[in-house]
Amino acid sequence: MASGVKPRVKVPKSAAAGEVVTLKTLISHPMESGQRKDKDGNVIPRSIINRFTCDFNGQNVIDVKMEPAISTNPYFEFEALVPEAGEFTFTWYDDDGSTYTETKPIEIG
Amino acid sequence: MRLTRRDTFGLALGAMALTVLPFRANASVEDMIAEFTGGADIGDSGVDLTAPEIAENGNTVPISVDAPGASEILVLAAGNPTPAVATFAFGPLAGSRMASTRIRLAGTQEVIAVAKLEDGSFARTAKTVKVTIGGCGG
Repeated sequence: MASGVKPRVKVPKSAAAGEVVTLKTLISHPMESGQRKDKDGNVIPRSIINRFTCDFNGQNVIDVKMEPAISTNPYFEFEALVPEAGEFTFTWYDDDGSTYTETKPIEIG
Repeated sequence: MRLTRRDTFGLALGAMALTVLPFRANASVEDMIAEFTGGADIGDSGVDLTAPEIAENGNTVPISVDAPGASEILVLAAGNPTPAVATFAFGPLAGSRMASTRIRLAGTQEVIAVAKLEDGSFARTAKTVKVTIGGCGG
């Protein structure tokens, strides 16, 4: 597991039923591309987050397949439809097999 | 200057390399697009790619893709060592077919977005981004 991985998401506290809300996510991760070399000329092995998904109450919002060309501390901004009160689940899948999850509730009001 | 037979041969080789090399560099991009579309025809309209004309730092270039009615959007950077950047797949609760992220670009190059629309057709757009890695804004 890469050290210091910290997911941060921005979700509005409440929305009207059926409203489209903008979600912003950022996760601190080095996203080592596997192209860089260290001081001795050895290739630094690739270590990235290769997939990101966002679900709302079990239904998928977005599923992103990520490649090494995504910047350090991957940032995503997208829009989701909120049909009812519930919870957003954000999941990041690391190359090393670990997953990072963050959940945020949203109210209707 | 007189051209010897050897010179002519060298020139011809150089010219051949010039014509073949760029094609090679793009071949994998075209392959990836073909894999994504399954060889279907690609239209020009239906997908928007927003990227800066000049990016001072190639390590983090903000881009955004928007394709109304798309189920999937593939983003490629033609000049990167590995051209694939990301594939966005939209689920039933996606509020729009828009997504923004930040990408790495190895140098001045074309960023390509290919969208798979819900009616089964495909759309493609490309944008050239100038990258000044030095970061002095030159």
